[in-house]
Amino acid sequence: MQDQTQPTTPRRTIDIVNASLKKRYARERRFRFMGAAAVTLGLLFVATLFADIALKGYTAFEQTYIQVPVDFDPAIIDPEGTRDPRTLADADYLAVLKASLRKLFPDLTERSQLREVYALVSAGAPQQLQSMVLSHPNVIGTATDVWLIAGGDVDMLVKGNLDRRLPEADRGITDSSIALIDRLAEQGRVEKRFNTGFFTNGTSREPELAGIAGALAGTFYTLVLTLILSFPLGVGAAVYLQEFAPKNRWTDLIEVNINNLAAVPSIVFGLLGLAVFINFFGVPRSTPLVGALVLGLMTLPVIIIASRAALQSVPPSIREAALGVGASPLQTQFHHVLPLAMPGIMTGAIIGMARALGESAPLLMIGMIAFIVDVPKGFTDAATVLPVQIYLWADSPERGFVERTSAAILVLLGFLVLMNLAAVLLRRRFERRW
Amino acid sequence: MSTLASEIVRDTSAITAADLARGGRVSGTIGDITTPDPRMVCRGVNVWYGAKQAIKEVGLDIGKNQVVAMIGPSGCGKSTFLRCLNRMNDTIDGCRVQGSIQLDGQEIYDKRVDPVPLRAQVGMVFQKPNPFPKSIYENVAYGPRIHGLTNSKAELDALVETSLRKAGLWNEVKDRLDQPGTGLSGGQQQRLCIARTIAVSPEVILMDEPCSALDPIATAIIEELIDELREQYAIAIVTHSMQQAARVSQRTAYFHLGDLVEVGETNQIFTNPRHQLTEDYITGRFG
Repeated sequence: MQDQTQPTTPRRTIDIVNASLKKRYARERRFRFMGAAAVTLGLLFVATLFADIALKGYTAFEQTYIQVPVDFDPAIIDPEGTRDPRTLADADYLAVLKASLRKLFPDLTERSQLREVYALVSAGAPQQLQSMVLSHPNVIGTATDVWLIAGGDVDMLVKGNLDRRLPEADRGITDSSIALIDRLAEQGRVEKRFNTGFFTNGTSREPELAGIAGALAGTFYTLVLTLILSFPLGVGAAVYLQEFAPKNRWTDLIEVNINNLAAVPSIVFGLLGLAVFINFFGVPRSTPLVGALVLGLMTLPVIIIASRAALQSVPPSIREAALGVGASPLQTQFHHVLPLAMPGIMTGAIIGMARALGESAPLLMIGMIAFIVDVPKGFTDAATVLPVQIYLWADSPERGFVERTSAAILVLLGFLVLMNLAAVLLRRRFERRW
Repeated sequence: MSTLASEIVRDTSAITAADLARGGRVSGTIGDITTPDPRMVCRGVNVWYGAKQAIKEVGLDIGKNQVVAMIGPSGCGKSTFLRCLNRMNDTIDGCRVQGSIQLDGQEIYDKRVDPVPLRAQVGMVFQKPNPFPKSIYENVAYGPRIHGLTNSKAELDALVETSLRKAGLWNEVKDRLDQPGTGLSGGQQQRLCIARTIAVSPEVILMDEPCSALDPIATAIIEELIDELREQYAIAIVTHSMQQAARVSQRTAYFHLGDLVEVGETNQIFTNPRHQLTEDYITGRFG
């Protein structure tokens, strides 16, 4: 058929186009499908990751409490009856607690059995009693029901993180302990409550007492200082390089180096901080101050690059307009160009800060990995930050730290999402069309 | 020089044999480049962008109470010349200006001359309306404010009003001075830019194709405005529209490939051009 038509009728353009059309559209469909598949796959991975972290972590926002009728024995707490706060603070609350627990299980007398009973409540329970007595001294001499933080293993069992069906040797908690917990649960003395301690405590060796307050405070101080250090410096450098510096070999070299710095592995900045700030300048280690110096250096190229791009996107007609009415170059920058570039600069700064927020490697080098229980109160207090806290907890052997690690990751992710959302909103809000 | 241009030159009777011997280059300017009582005097101005020479040996006076129109095909250097007059070319990398440009007898490319006060004396209106993305009031008040021209808020208010009145915009915007200048129509924006320029009371106003982005009605309003402004300022305007040059200007300068070919009274240029290139251009044979 082809042989017959081809020589006789010359083919028109429209026929040639129509013949290839089907193939072209098929190609487009294939491309679209591949794009959609790529997006779906990516989202699937992210969703799996988030779901895994959330499933592991959400239990950490609850904490098991055990109700114990505590006998605030004046003979132990305040034998002289003076109610002197110092005496009350120094009293042996562990003894009070142990006596009360023994009374709760009168049938158990053997030393090993009692040890299991004592392990039902957290090692932080005596402090709980102490603070209770200090704030309400009139409880002394009474027997009051107190909800005490449960021990780590009890917490895990109640939340279902320890499997009862496993053989005793693999389980991490003894049959007799489970029996004790079940007895308490039958009496309604076991309860799960919202875990405020997770947000108000510093870290601890005991998972049930460990919280992120210290890491959050450290992160806050570090990031504030990072912003103060890197933002003005970065924006200033960008304005100079973009608007004032002559375009020559030196500025080209500087530009290449700034781009390189943005890609340098963060651990290198940590080593630099260790060598320069700590060893040479003697900045105290493990502090938000040195952390901010290192993170500031790391964020600087990001802010410079973003700011230069933002400045470049301000149309030259605005500069001409300002110069045309006789504004000096500096006035042109500060009255017109910078305000217009600000949303872009802020977006870059927020993204840079988000990167600093998630950074742990350089901080390991400058000692922010230290185990610090106290919540830092300033820029020169020893501190740690959230990502490093996560790293430390992930390394801890106790079962209870698994959920806390995931919960801390959730908090970190929450902050990251908030910051990136702010960047997007800022861009959306101030986006200007010319 | 392109082949097209050299062909044109060969057609041209006004070109002497000596010009042709130099490779077809037009040299010298036909007509009177001077004017009595000039505000700006330019002699022998050469401009290079890097290695490329944009304008060659241009001399022109810009007189008081007069509109000088600069016409010519694209890339002929008329905008470049205009931008030399308030040193706007300083901001372009690799731009080099040579020759003498005087404002009221003062050499503006002298090392001691600061371009900032110069630009307050020689204002500029650009091709694309470029109001600041601020309120209408702020647009006009910005120049007087940075130069400290007024002593009180009331004085500034009055200055803003007179400037807007002179630009013929007052009645349209007096109720919404606090609204952004970018929200106005194209013609209004351009008049706002003119108001912004005259708010600093310059002596010379440079206009770089001020109507090329505007519709015919807005163009007519601006042209009328230019005619009124002539009473107080010296005006140099670059335009692509020969009709516009004929309507608003008293003198016309025709640029061709970096040369100032002919200068003369606008009437004479459009009715009786002396140079072949000028005639070809204004009769629409090219350009």
